[in-house]
Amino acid sequence: MNNAFTKYRTWSWYEATARERVANLLDRGSFTEFIGPEKREISPHLALFDLPEAFDDGIIVGRGTVRGRDVLLAAQEGRFMGGTFGEVHGAKLVGLLRYARDYQDAPRVVVLLLDTGGVRLQEANVGELAVSEVIRAVLEARMAGVTVIAMVGGRAGCFGGGGIVVGIVAGCCSRIVISEQGRTSVSGPEVIETNMGVEEFDSRDRPLVWRTTGGKTRRLLGGADAYAEDSIDSFRDVAISLLDRIPAFDLDTMEKEHARLTQRLEKFGQCHDTPEIWKAMGIAEPDRIADLSDEDFNQIAQAQKEANHDAR
Amino acid sequence: MEILEIHQKAARRAPGDKSHGITGVVASGDLEVLLERLLDGTECEVNVKTSVEGFGDVWRAVVNDFIERHSPGGLRISINDGGARPETVSLRLAQGVRLMEADR
Amino acid sequence: MLAIKGIYAEYGIQRLNHGIGFGTAAIELLLPTFGESLGLKGKVATHWALNPHPALIPAIESGWVKQIHCFGSEVGMDDYIRARPDVFFTGSDGSLRSNRAFCQTAGLYACDMFIGSTLQIDLAGNSSTVTPERIPGFGGAPNMGSDAHGRRHASDAWLKAGRQASDADPKMARGRKLVVQVLETFGEKMVPAFVEQLSSVEFAQRMKLELVPVMIYGDDVTHVVTEEGIANLLICRSAEEREQAIRGVAGFTDVGRARDRKMVESLRDRGVIRRPEDLNIDPLNANRQLLAARSVKDLVGWSGGLYRPPGKFRNW
Repeated sequence: MNNAFTKYRTWSWYEATARERVANLLDRGSFTEFIGPEKREISPHLALFDLPEAFDDGIIVGRGTVRGRDVLLAAQEGRFMGGTFGEVHGAKLVGLLRYARDYQDAPRVVVLLLDTGGVRLQEANVGELAVSEVIRAVLEARMAGVTVIAMVGGRAGCFGGGGIVVGIVAGCCSRIVISEQGRTSVSGPEVIETNMGVEEFDSRDRPLVWRTTGGKTRRLLGGADAYAEDSIDSFRDVAISLLDRIPAFDLDTMEKEHARLTQRLEKFGQCHDTPEIWKAMGIAEPDRIADLSDEDFNQIAQAQKEANHDAR
Repeated sequence: MEILEIHQKAARRAPGDKSHGITGVVASGDLEVLLERLLDGTECEVNVKTSVEGFGDVWRAVVNDFIERHSPGGLRISINDGGARPETVSLRLAQGVRLMEADR
Repeated sequence: MLAIKGIYAEYGIQRLNHGIGFGTAAIELLLPTFGESLGLKGKVATHWALNPHPALIPAIESGWVKQIHCFGSEVGMDDYIRARPDVFFTGSDGSLRSNRAFCQTAGLYACDMFIGSTLQIDLAGNSSTVTPERIPGFGGAPNMGSDAHGRRHASDAWLKAGRQASDADPKMARGRKLVVQVLETFGEKMVPAFVEQLSSVEFAQRMKLELVPVMIYGDDVTHVVTEEGIANLLICRSAEEREQAIRGVAGFTDVGRARDRKMVESLRDRGVIRRPEDLNIDPLNANRQLLAARSVKDLVGWSGGLYRPPGKFRNW
């Protein structure tokens, strides 16, 4: 690698392609790809629409090490068809998770570099099926003792089914790391606007989109466990720091989560925008969260009881 | 979709011993280039799949120029194009050959 | 990267003016990374005739810039300028003292190089931003992008360019300002930037204008930089060489594809045309990751929060 990169620039997570994230997250040379692009497992559906295919159907799966620690890994390419779940895309991810579930000598940690707008509409039902299978596969892997860590910080965010994988089922994942650029939700901004009107939600109001679904908001509300800077190094460090504090995956945790979510709705259900929530949480300068540096924000987040608990 | 196949002999074999490599993303204005060290001698094959029809002769000019400049002998190169401009295609092809050189 | 290594470093350009555009903004953002990797800090791009471009903030903060003289200001830069009176000209109240007339004079006479972009360029190197659809103003480019024959103060870069000029008289040492056009071979919607004849010519006929609206004349242009490489027009010895040098960097446009391949090869051997591989520029480094800032928010960060971009540029 040329000097100009290693010495003078850190790798932005947001700007990176999925392959660049994988190459720079894992220890150099440690990555083995499963069903790589040379296998040409492409979508059987896109040709019908005269749409270009990707040799890896927009997701990289495989295994490698992070600071010597064995992990399984999947990375979605958010720039290919919005990182959406298609039949093959979903199958690769499900296969990876089932491998972790079924083989005790497989790595016990799965890292999901999620960057998705949800289901690939062109693939319709098989896309939806794929997402359901992923949700189940994540839960089954966790029941088998596997740790699943989601990392969200790319262009597509983590929406729809992916949002379920991360958003709701983020309860699905053992831990979520998110950066400011990351966004998660079930319904995307455009969907909300289309269904509820622009007065309710203007999807082109970018500060609004980030105030409601962005990484800082998710972190403060407790929808993400940790906050990373927009760099591959930071994501790696934060993920590693989470590995030893994984919550129990049991009924008790789930019941606590239900209780917490009920409380959250009671406390903040009348709020129209997040600064009102921050104010109610007692955060000083609730309107300035978006302007805070990553460091200052992290300090505030770590001090919030609301944001730090296992029942996410 | 337009599909193009170009076969040509290069001046030399592409340096390096990496068996395959990939660069680029199938996104608007971009393309992915998969390179595989599969062919004998200095044979070179470039297969293009593009959703933008009618630019066959520009593709041929770009590919021929690439083969002349970078001598990718022994490589089978496969492209999924998302509507990239010619200079982006040239760049990705040049990046691909570089990728195949080093075992990174 | 081509411009920084092939021109800024090559000539040791210390005093310069950047036209507004994506290409020059990219150069500004590559100085702290790519420029740094070449060890150029302090050696190039120290003195600027330039509006306070936010894109220059990373270079200023990294210690590249000694001085900027401004034509005018830029929205949102007031507080940052106030905090950097060591770089910007400020008054007793701390705010910017720009002076269009002085800056135009500095840009004309004092700068070793002008570099900017254009929408169209022809085989003689004449450039214009007038297209069939749009008639914009040229801004300061005609003035900045011309070789000031009245200049009498020397600099290494100016003298080096003067020596390279093919019409240089070995007995009469003279300098020459570098006037660089940097552009992509194809513009939006695959419209070629390289043309046999500028749209301006037909436009002038139609509108019965006295002058054809040319932004920079070919005989002032010293270098053309595209993704295919750098054409050094200074060392071309004839109009024909000039034309082939331009065709030789015109990529896959019709103009580029009509090149005389043998002649272009020989021009390359002579160094009239230099390709990225001739300059040891690795195509794998053609990546946005190398920019010191990749978003407006990054720039705000670099400025320590002092740069306040207008609302329409906020996306966080």
